[in-house]
Formats: sequence, structure tokens, C-alpha cells
Amino acid sequence: MLLEMKDAVLNYGKIQALHGISVEVNEGEVVSLIGANGAGKTSTMRALSGVRGLSQGQITFNGEDVTKLRADQRLRKGLVLCPEGRGIFPGMTVTENLNMGAYTRKDKSAIDEDYDRVFGLFPRLLERKKQVAGTMSGGEQQMLAIGRALMSRPKLLMLDEPSMGLAPMLIQQIFDIITEISQQGTTILVVEQNAKQALSRSDRAYVLETGNIVKTGTGAELLDDPSVREAYLGVA
Amino acid sequence: MSQILDAYRGLKLGDRWDGAPKVVRWAVMLLVIAFAFYLPYLNILPFAYIRTDLSSTGSDWASVLFLIVVYMIVAVGLNVVIGLAGLLDLGYVGFYALGAYSIALFGSTNSPVVGALQSRFGFSEEWAVPFAVCIPIAIVMSLIAGVFLGAPTLRLRGDYLAIVTLGFGEIIRITARNLDNVTNGAAGITQVPVPPGPEIDGRNFFNTIDAERWYWLALTVLLLIIFLARRLEHSRVGRAWLAIREDEDAASVMGVAGFKFKLWAFAIGATLGGLAGLLFGSKQQYVEPNAFMVNLSFLFVAMVVIGGSGNIFGALLGAFLLTYLPERFRAFVDWRPFAFGVALVAVMILRPQGLVPSRRRAREFEDRRHEAEEAAADV
Repeated sequence: MLLEMKDAVLNYGKIQALHGISVEVNEGEVVSLIGANGAGKTSTMRALSGVRGLSQGQITFNGEDVTKLRADQRLRKGLVLCPEGRGIFPGMTVTENLNMGAYTRKDKSAIDEDYDRVFGLFPRLLERKKQVAGTMSGGEQQMLAIGRALMSRPKLLMLDEPSMGLAPMLIQQIFDIITEISQQGTTILVVEQNAKQALSRSDRAYVLETGNIVKTGTGAELLDDPSVREAYLGVA
Repeated sequence: MSQILDAYRGLKLGDRWDGAPKVVRWAVMLLVIAFAFYLPYLNILPFAYIRTDLSSTGSDWASVLFLIVVYMIVAVGLNVVIGLAGLLDLGYVGFYALGAYSIALFGSTNSPVVGALQSRFGFSEEWAVPFAVCIPIAIVMSLIAGVFLGAPTLRLRGDYLAIVTLGFGEIIRITARNLDNVTNGAAGITQVPVPPGPEIDGRNFFNTIDAERWYWLALTVLLLIIFLARRLEHSRVGRAWLAIREDEDAASVMGVAGFKFKLWAFAIGATLGGLAGLLFGSKQQYVEPNAFMVNLSFLFVAMVVIGGSGNIFGALLGAFLLTYLPERFRAFVDWRPFAFGVALVAVMILRPQGLVPSRRRAREFEDRRHEAEEAAADV
């Protein structure tokens, strides 16, 4: 098992956002976490990436307890978050943003290879190399965020709502690329509101409701599950 | 005002400067530096009108130049904290005071600390810690104070940090005023040492009359600091600061240890503040708590913000304007606070990113404005 989160409780002051959830990700899998607004999806991501500390529970990554590690320390272990929305550095250019992704690395030639890999996945970013990130479209910013995360050579790439605010065609494209990244050998945990895309692309999935995991199964099982269909896919 | 700014923008000075050949850039820089060293003797009309001692009530020109340069060092240091790392420090005067007090406490025969050392080790009445040793003491004291203040407070964000640092500046001043048996309290410490140098005409090289020598000394220190600060800005540490300033959470998930780098910024800023204070105290040869009032902190922040935070040359310009103009127009002394207020408001309305912002900071401002507009449109 690559990642295991056990009985995780996360509090914001007096409000409890996660009531003791457990999530597992095996090497090579694409796992998704679906749920409505406020279900605790982003809180789970924050806890896993180390931006917020857990009140209770344990996180094990690659056989190592990382519960007490800071976000920057977890990144060095290969547990990498691609934050939601405009989590890029708006004042930096595309190249400078990607460069920040490789901040902890010193292997210059391997970094150059990864530039090529990212530009191969996102030819659009190559065209806009010198553009200031804050002036790009939402889709381009999302591509940049994913590309930047890849620059740190993640073992597990965690994507927080990669489809947020994007047009349907772009969502399709982003998920195609996520599938491609997975095929290139990176394990993926993706949090999504767009349940249909997420479930059809994942090996396994968890359904999150108000801070609890209410259902789990393979992507295909959940796609056929009547309650999931009704609540998240808009079909009775 | 805005026409002038447009005309200035039309010149595209920044782009032209970057486009110029290296030889030209070096030549211009050397000329500017040479001119800066020549300034105390400036006596050719009409340029001499910039001098502050044209009327009998004016301030000594070389002393004003010295103060400008000392404040420039302060501005470069505070620019690291505010402009590069994006931390609002309202107690910067505390570090400035610490630098001045370090040299006074250890270097002056009038200081109770030196007195205690004399009797403890049986030194003579004239003994004090040598000037050269006082410099590292001042640097280490301000550095420790920076880390000491930063370690518990840098976990705070924005406004909270500003309030805590504001308190720190006051604590330093009030402590200096009340700790009579260490700092002589409100009476202050006299006989603060001056840097060693050859005697000329029976006077120390650094004395109260030949202020231009102080100015040259401070200018040399400033040039060195500018050089180092530029290097720092483009280093790995500089990149980390930039990332933290733009989005602290994103920086941390990219592996930038936010707290560590913020502490670095604080410590470096504190050291430069202390160094400026040391120069100031040594030139005055007298240090007293009232020289470090809280409004000096606000003046320092105003220098960086008006000049253009994030850009060293902006900070230098801000320090120059806010030090030079009040001295040049001493005749209108009653109107100065009013003019200062109007100028501050005008800059914040017409040019919130400062007079010569860094290009990056200007872009960040644009981006925040767009975000605010989008947010307003969503409602």
C-alpha cells in the first residue's frame, strides 16, 4: 500500500470537517474521492498534503509515518498536491512556475528531462513559456498546476478538483492527460465534484458525505450504484 | 501627476536599461557612484540648489546626505522583509535602536555595561570594547533579536504580525528608557565611539565637523549592501520568498519551508537595520531612547511602500525623498506633516504599487485587482 490514512479527524476551530475517515491508495492505482460541496474533499487533501495537521488519526506513506511532517517535508517524500483553483504563482511566468515545482531537486539533467515531459503532455504550456501565469485562461492555469506538480517527480500525485471552472471539452482533455500520467507510472488520487468523469477514469473510488465516507468500491461499481447515480450523476 | 507618470512610463527606462550593453551599464553605474561621492562638494549652479544649507537656518548638507544614506540602508533592509518576503514589520525601529545601543553600550566609557566590565576585569577607566569588535556585537544582537521576535510571531499572518512587531519596537525603546542601570535611561549614553582613522589637523578622521567623511563611509557600506541584496534576491532564497509572497500554501506544497525562509528574511532585515543604527549612533556620538520613537517605524515602511516595494531602487528612492524633502524645505516646517500626508494618499491612489515598483510586484497588483473585480462581478 502506498498511502494509508486511518481514522483521520480534522478540525477547524470548533468545527469538525472530517469525522474519522480512512482512505487507502495502492501503487499504480487511480483513486477518486467524490462528494458534494462541503463534504470534506478539500479538507482531506489538506490533511494528506500537510497544509493542515490532523487532530486525530494517522497517515502512512510508502511505509513511513508522515502524520507529523510538514507539507514541504512530505513533498520531498514524493507525496505531492496539485492545489485547487488558482494554486499557481500568478506573478511568475510559466517557466518560473515549473521551476518552483523542482525547487527541492538538484539533479539538473533529470529536471531538464521533466521539462520535456511536461511540455510533451501540455504543448500549450510550451507555447506560453514566457507568459505570466496570472494572465492565462483557467484551463491553462490548471495545466500549469499539474505540470508544476509533476516537476517534483511525485510518487503519488494528489489532484484537488482539476475540473473546477472548466468547459466540458477542457474537462475531457484534462482527464485524458491524468490517465496518461497514470499510464506513465504515477499513482493518482483525485478529488472531484464531476463524479461521472472521475468514476469512469478510476480503479477505485470513495464517496464522501459531510465528513464521512459513506461508500466505496471500484469506479464501475459506483457508476452503477443507484444511490450514487441519484445523488451525483443526476439520474434516477 | 498622472501625465508625468505616463511620460515616465513612455521612456521605458527599465527595458532600455536591460537592453543596454554591459559596458554602458557599468559606465553609467560608475558615473552615478562617482557623482554620489562628489555630492557633498556640489557647488555648481543651478545644481547647487539641491543643497539644504543655502539659507542660514538650513541643515548641514553633508549631515543630511549621511542621514539619507543611513535611511537608505534601513530601506534596503526593510525591503527584504516587506518587499521580498511580504511580511509587514511595523517595529523596524527596534532593530535600528538595537544597533545604535549595541555600539553605545559596549563601546562608550560612559556606558554602565562598560563600567561593569572595567571593574570586573580591572581595566582602566578609559577602556571600552574596541569599535571593530562592536560591529559584530551589533550585528549579532540585531540578528538574535530578529530571530527571537520572528520565531514565535512569524506563524501569524498579515495584520497580526504587524501588531506584534509594532509592540516589539515600543518594547525596545521603553526598555532602553527604563533600564537606568544598563542604558542610563532617558539621559542616554554619551561618548559613543567613532570608527578608528588617522588624525588630521589634530582631529579624529571621523569627527563632528567633517560630516562628509561619515557620508562616504555610509555610502560605501550602502553600496556593499545593495550588491549583496541583489545577489540574495536572485538566489534560491529569493525565489522561495517570491513564492511565499505570492501564495504561501502553494509554496509549501511545492516544498518551500515557509517558516524557515520567513525567519531568514526577518533576521537579514534585522541585521541591516542594526547596521544602520550603528552608523547613526556612532556619528551622533550620543544615543538616547527618544531618538527611536514609533513614528520612525512608520516612516521606514512609508519609504519602502512609496518607493515601490520589492525593488531595491524603489526603496532607495523612497528613502531619499522622505529624508531629503523635509530637510530641503525646512522653511515650511509647519506644513511638512500635511504635505507628507497628502503625498502618501496621492501615491496610494495614483500609484499603489509605488513610484518604481519591481515589474513582478506590479503584475501581482494587477492580478489582485482582477481577482477583486471578478469577485465583485460574481456577487
